[in-house]
Amino acid sequence: MGETKLWTWHLIAGVVILVLLGLHMLTMHIGELTGLFVANRAVAPTAPINSMARDSQIGFSIGYVFLLGVALYHGLYGLRNILLELTLPEAAEKVLTALLVVIGLGLFSLGTWAAIASHAVALTTGRG
Amino acid sequence: MADLKRYDNRLGIWGWLGGGRWGIDRYAYALHRLTGLGILAYFLMHIVVTTFRAKGIYLWDKHQILDQPIFRIGELLVFLAFAFHALNGLRLVLVEFGFAVGRPIEPIYPYKTSLNVQRPLFVVVMIVAAVLVCGGGWEFLGLSH
Amino acid sequence: MPGNGAVREVTFHVRKFDPTKDSAPYIQPFTVPVKLGMTVLDGLHYIKEYHDQTLAWRYSCRMGVCGSCGMLINGRPTLACNTQILDVASSRLTIGPLPNFAIVRDLAPDLSSMIEKHQSILPFIVRAEAELNDPAGEYFQSPHQLEEFLQFTFCIKCGCCMGACPTLATDLRYLGPMPLGQAYRYNTDNRDDGSQQRIPVVGGKVGVVRCHYAGECSRACPKGVDPARAIQLLKRQLVSSYFGLVAKQPSQKQGPNTKGTRLPDIPDAPPRTVKP
Repeated sequence: MGETKLWTWHLIAGVVILVLLGLHMLTMHIGELTGLFVANRAVAPTAPINSMARDSQIGFSIGYVFLLGVALYHGLYGLRNILLELTLPEAAEKVLTALLVVIGLGLFSLGTWAAIASHAVALTTGRG
Repeated sequence: MADLKRYDNRLGIWGWLGGGRWGIDRYAYALHRLTGLGILAYFLMHIVVTTFRAKGIYLWDKHQILDQPIFRIGELLVFLAFAFHALNGLRLVLVEFGFAVGRPIEPIYPYKTSLNVQRPLFVVVMIVAAVLVCGGGWEFLGLSH
Repeated sequence: MPGNGAVREVTFHVRKFDPTKDSAPYIQPFTVPVKLGMTVLDGLHYIKEYHDQTLAWRYSCRMGVCGSCGMLINGRPTLACNTQILDVASSRLTIGPLPNFAIVRDLAPDLSSMIEKHQSILPFIVRAEAELNDPAGEYFQSPHQLEEFLQFTFCIKCGCCMGACPTLATDLRYLGPMPLGQAYRYNTDNRDDGSQQRIPVVGGKVGVVRCHYAGECSRACPKGVDPARAIQLLKRQLVSSYFGLVAKQPSQKQGPNTKGTRLPDIPDAPPRTVKP
C-alpha cells in the first residue's frame, strides 16, 4: 500500500504542477503585454531587473519553493518508476531509491536557499 | 485454381511506426515517458542555473552564456514536451483514478473496451496540446528576443 | 480472397527452438495451402503432418475457450484457433511463442510465472472458514451486483494480455494485467471478504503502480475482458481505501431465504448424510 500512496501523490503533484508551471510560463511572457509581474516593461520579463522585482515579492518566493518541491517529487518519482521497471536486483533498487531521495533533497535545499537569498538581495537592492 | 490478384503487402511509412500493431494509446505512453525524461533533464539543469541569481549572476541575460540559438531551440522543445506531457498527464489522471474508463459491460463481439470510452478525451487532449504547440512555435518564431 | 475452395499458398515463418539442440530461436519457413476459413491452428496441424513432425505447441479446445494456444501471430499476441489465416495475412504469416515468457520449446511458453502471480492475489472467494464449512444458506447476489464484475470473469488465462503489456517487456516481477484484473474481479464480488488481504499485494511495488495505461492488454484480449479497465478501477478502489472514502460495507451475509414461502405440495429436504 505504501507504493500506492506514493503513486497517488505523484498524480496529484502532476495536476498541481500543471497549474503552477503554467502560471510560471505565463509569468515569463505576459509582462510585455500587460505589465504584470515586471518592473520594467521595456525589457524582457526574464531580464535581471524584472527577475529581481519578482524575487522581492514573498508570494513569488513561496510559490517558487513550493513548485520546486512538487516538481522534484514528481520528476524523480517518475524517473524511479522507469528505472524500477528494469528488473534490477533488490539491493540496487534500494540504493537507487536512496540516491534519488538524496538528489531530490539536495536540489530542493539548493533551490530554497537561492529563493531566500535572492529575496533578501532583491529587498536590499530595492531599498538601497 | 482461380487466378489470384497480386496483393501489395508493404506497410510503407506506417511500418516505421510499429506497422499498426500498436494502439495509439501505447504510442502516447511511450511519448509520455520520453517527454518526461526530457523535461526532467532540463529541470535539473534549470534549478542549478537559476540558483546563480542569488549571487547576481543571470546566465540567461542578453549576451550571457545561455543567450545562444541552440539554447532557445532547446527551450522551445521543452515547452513542446511540456504541452504534450501535461495534457496527456491530465487524461491519465482521469483514467487512472477510474473516471474515464466506463462501466464493466458484458463482452459482445466486436468488443468495445475502455480504450474506446476514453478515445474522445484523448482526441480533445491532443487538440489542446496541438494548439499550445502551435502557440509556442509561433511565439518562438514571431517574437525575437 | 479466394472462395469456392480455391487455395492460396501462404508461407508460415515459424519461430522454432529446441532447448536440447539450439542455443537461440530461429525462423523456419513452411508453405501451407490455405483455404478460406482455415485458422492458424489448422495451418500448424498441416505443417506438423506434412512438413515438420517435431513442431511443438499447445492447444486443446480449438474454439477459443481454453486459452492454451496463445501465440504471437504477425506481431500481435492472440489465440491461434481464433485467428483466420486470411484475416491477418495474404502471403506471409509469422508465428512465434507468446512474448514476455521464457520459451519451453518452439511455440510453447513457460507460463508458470503468470500462474504464480495469479496465485498470489488469492483468486477465489475468501470467506471465514466457519461459514465455508457449515453453510447456513446461500449468498445473495443481485444481477446489478454481478454486472459490476461479470466482464472480468470471462478471462480464460491465455496470457495474451501478459504478452502484450509493455511493462512486462522489461519488468519480470510486475504482476501483470491478468492477475490484477482478477484481483479486481474478486474484490468487487460482493460474496468476497478478502479485499484487505489482496491490497498489500496489488498495492505494492509490483502491483497497479506499474500499469501506465498503454491499453495493449485490452487490445490483445481475445475474450473482450478489458483488463485495462479492471486495473484502473482497481486503482480507484485502492485510492478510495487510502483516503478512507469508502464506507466499509459488510459483505453479503449468508442466511436462509426468508422472503419466499414453500408451496404446500413440495416435500421437506432429506436429512443430511455428510457430517459438517
